[in-house]
Amino acid sequence: MKWETVIGMETHAQLSTRAKIFSGASTAFGAAPNTQACAVDIALPGVLPVLNRGAVERAVRFGLAVGARVNRRSVFARKNYFYPDLPKGYQISQYEIPIVSGGEIAIRVDGSEKRIRLTRAHLEEDAGKSLHEDFHGATGIDLNRAGTPLLEIVSEPDMRSPAEAVAYARALHALVRWIDICDGNMQEGSFRCDANVSVRPLGSDTLGTRCEIKNLNSFRFLERAIEYEVRRQIEILEDGGSVVQETRLYDPERDETRSLRTKEDAHDYRYFPDPDLLPLEVSAEWMEAIRAALPELPGAMRERFAAQYGLTPYDAAMLTASRDVAAYFEAAVAGADARIAKLCANWITGALSARLNEDNLEISAAKVQSSALRALVERIADGTISGKIARDVFDAMWAGEGAPDAIIEARGLRQLSDSAEIEKIVDGVIAAHPQQVADYRGGKEKAFNSLVGQVMKATKGKANPQQVNEILKRKLSG
Amino acid sequence: MHHLSVAGLSAELAAGTLSSVEATGHFLRRIKALNDRYGCFITVDAERSLAQARAADALRAAGAAGPLTGVPIAQKDIFCARGWRTTCGSKMLANFVSPYDAHVVERLNAAGAVNIGKTNMDEFAMGSSNETSWFGPVRNPWHAGSVPGGSSGGSAAAVAARLAPGAIGTDTGGSIRQPAALCGISGLKPTYGLVSRYGMIAFASSLDQGGPMARTAEDLALMLNVMAGHDARDSTSLNRPPEDYTRELTRPLSGLRVGLPREFFAAGVASDVAKAVDEAVGELRRSGCETVEITLPNMALSVPVYYVLAPAEASSNLARFDGVRYGYRAPEYGDLEDMYKKTRAQGFGEEVRRRILIGTYVLSHGYYDAYYLRAQKVRRLIARDFAQAFEKCDVIVGPTSPTTAFRLGERASDPVQMYLSDIYTIAVNLAGLPGLSIPCGFDGGGLPVGLQLIGNYFAEARMLNVAHRYQLATDWHERAPPGIDA
Repeated sequence: MKWETVIGMETHAQLSTRAKIFSGASTAFGAAPNTQACAVDIALPGVLPVLNRGAVERAVRFGLAVGARVNRRSVFARKNYFYPDLPKGYQISQYEIPIVSGGEIAIRVDGSEKRIRLTRAHLEEDAGKSLHEDFHGATGIDLNRAGTPLLEIVSEPDMRSPAEAVAYARALHALVRWIDICDGNMQEGSFRCDANVSVRPLGSDTLGTRCEIKNLNSFRFLERAIEYEVRRQIEILEDGGSVVQETRLYDPERDETRSLRTKEDAHDYRYFPDPDLLPLEVSAEWMEAIRAALPELPGAMRERFAAQYGLTPYDAAMLTASRDVAAYFEAAVAGADARIAKLCANWITGALSARLNEDNLEISAAKVQSSALRALVERIADGTISGKIARDVFDAMWAGEGAPDAIIEARGLRQLSDSAEIEKIVDGVIAAHPQQVADYRGGKEKAFNSLVGQVMKATKGKANPQQVNEILKRKLSG
Repeated sequence: MHHLSVAGLSAELAAGTLSSVEATGHFLRRIKALNDRYGCFITVDAERSLAQARAADALRAAGAAGPLTGVPIAQKDIFCARGWRTTCGSKMLANFVSPYDAHVVERLNAAGAVNIGKTNMDEFAMGSSNETSWFGPVRNPWHAGSVPGGSSGGSAAAVAARLAPGAIGTDTGGSIRQPAALCGISGLKPTYGLVSRYGMIAFASSLDQGGPMARTAEDLALMLNVMAGHDARDSTSLNRPPEDYTRELTRPLSGLRVGLPREFFAAGVASDVAKAVDEAVGELRRSGCETVEITLPNMALSVPVYYVLAPAEASSNLARFDGVRYGYRAPEYGDLEDMYKKTRAQGFGEEVRRRILIGTYVLSHGYYDAYYLRAQKVRRLIARDFAQAFEKCDVIVGPTSPTTAFRLGERASDPVQMYLSDIYTIAVNLAGLPGLSIPCGFDGGGLPVGLQLIGNYFAEARMLNVAHRYQLATDWHERAPPGIDA
């Protein structure tokens, strides 16, 4: 039987406010345990939550960015359960009426675009951390993280492969950073994904029993965990068994998922509206102010890049991977024609991107700045150097040897475009390689390339390749 | 000196005939002598109180005194006060010393009032007799074998026994008004949101409201002037311009329309209570009030609605008492779940456990709609009843409690009978309205009867006006329990 994979995602994005969602304590990562937990965070008797409007603003920004309905009135609810790192004995979340309903995220897989629908996005507070090491026979509690604002973003089960799930997670990750609501740091837990995975016979329109996979703190783990889980479920079904609805934890060391709790163990969270917080109202004026302050979104920018600079959808997507990349590109191509723009795009997605990866740098820390890259590209376009030589110049620029013109002069890399000189060298090469000349004239096309190579070698690569081709062809046919 | 009202004491302090240190010392001595008899206070800290008194005298010397500067005020042990043990009447918090001040406490401190001690109360404010306190019952100063009412029983009895001229309490379903009635003092539950709940240990957040308790309406007005006000730390705190609640105290009552709800004068009211209330209504008529009969048709549902909503909120509010961070933790336990179970089973008393169980049940999957949601709907109907009633009248009058103080132990084993003590007060909390109780007579056994006034939202000044005019014409509020000077 052929099986179809169905995946829905739940993502917790930590909102980049300085203070917590319901208290004034700092959200900075990495402080000594319990030094960033105030009376509200540790839930002293009598304390009350006060909503941080910065968190609301970020949630609204997200809703507007994904084309969702931002609910003018949403409600905070209490999710009740006991756990030592949950100080109040309940988590304040949104349940029946979230701040954001609907919306969609565009992903590209194998060259085609797909839109993943969002169910909702709601505001909630994070819990603290239980520390099981370092305390002999006891558990330590660190409440620094308690009350950190989260936006939980829930997708529809619209993804059909691990690759689509990863593309969604990446697109979402890029978006939350693009609109500056989350720093996206997956190691520190600022962006956490859970995947709901099920399989069904291909062609079926009912969903199979799903498992929720937690602890996916990298895109690689996300992909591998889903791949494993799909294999596991298919094996069960093909053996005549049935999948048990449960929460599973991904273990990256063993590359497998294992059961954490089944549906039967699920809590009854006894949700009810939090009487300490009034319904959250977002006024039309506030929403419009937030909309007006939104940056150009990646989707719109992709389309503009394609139209304005004649870029392929792939290039346009690559150049809008982040706001920094897009800003670099736009700075490099300022006032340029389509040919220069295309060359800049190629250099950014090619050589520059490769060097950034090698050196593990963000584009904002690139050792070749956008203006320098533009100067280099200009020299290619005006024929001063060839694209191949330009690679050497780029490497020299990266190594800190200066501006492209200076490097070209200092190393004598200027392209040889003097026809008379090239003709002389071509004559010499023809005279020195009678065998290849005979082969070519006998119909062996390959011999031509060998002769071109000899000319380039003789000019140390500086000869204009187009001119070499023309002159060589003319002389050999003569 | 202890027979002086807050206003009277304030006048003496202002005149310089008395210092706060003297007044505070006097009340501390009385508490020392009489607290064993009445059980009003859980914690007394003479040093802290006297330090505040000295500061108040200094404030006065500096010319910065207000009406409450130097006046000893007792605080229900539900208000967090920095450096003070704050127990909420529970074993769970028997060792909890608050590191911060409630908003109300901050305001009293800023006004120069002296915290004369933390008063006894039903555990987590759950009770109508003060018998659920882990620190033992409070005795009614009018009759040692009777309850003072609850949950602010310690505050009410302290004022009645002249152990403090004024006290602060909280009212979730009648917890200021019912003990005020049973102890023969005055007590006001303000409009929901007028007094900040920050630092007031939560029982049922949508119903809880702090308020003043004293012997006279004038004292209530002076205290409310200090207690009320916006607080950004409580999202349900109302942001309104400050009011002077004394401004209408002496306004004539002629033309005031007094609504008499049919349901308040039906069967179930003790005849002595009905008689005293009828006479009080007569007094209001003589003062120029018109009376109109009104109806609150959903009134009878207020007790069942309350006993769904209040426990639901309480079951969640009290989840933080888990033995992890502060308060009681069972001395011996196995795993985490066992620690929770033993801590909460040992740390909470029977009534608190009962309400947590009820609340957990009504919020459970499959029961939520039938209980919690329906109760919320009826709650809106009850509020609508009042809104319609206030189209016909300016203030509603009736009994505060269907009976006078009952005997200690009499209702302790019958929760439903106990819950019915608050049948006339609960609806006011459900609607978020202000309610006030003042003394209006005695039953045949010499126990006080309370008259309840219910106003529209933010009508506190007018209600205090009615109460003050009534107190100008009567002397019930000046009667003192026998034997308190001994």
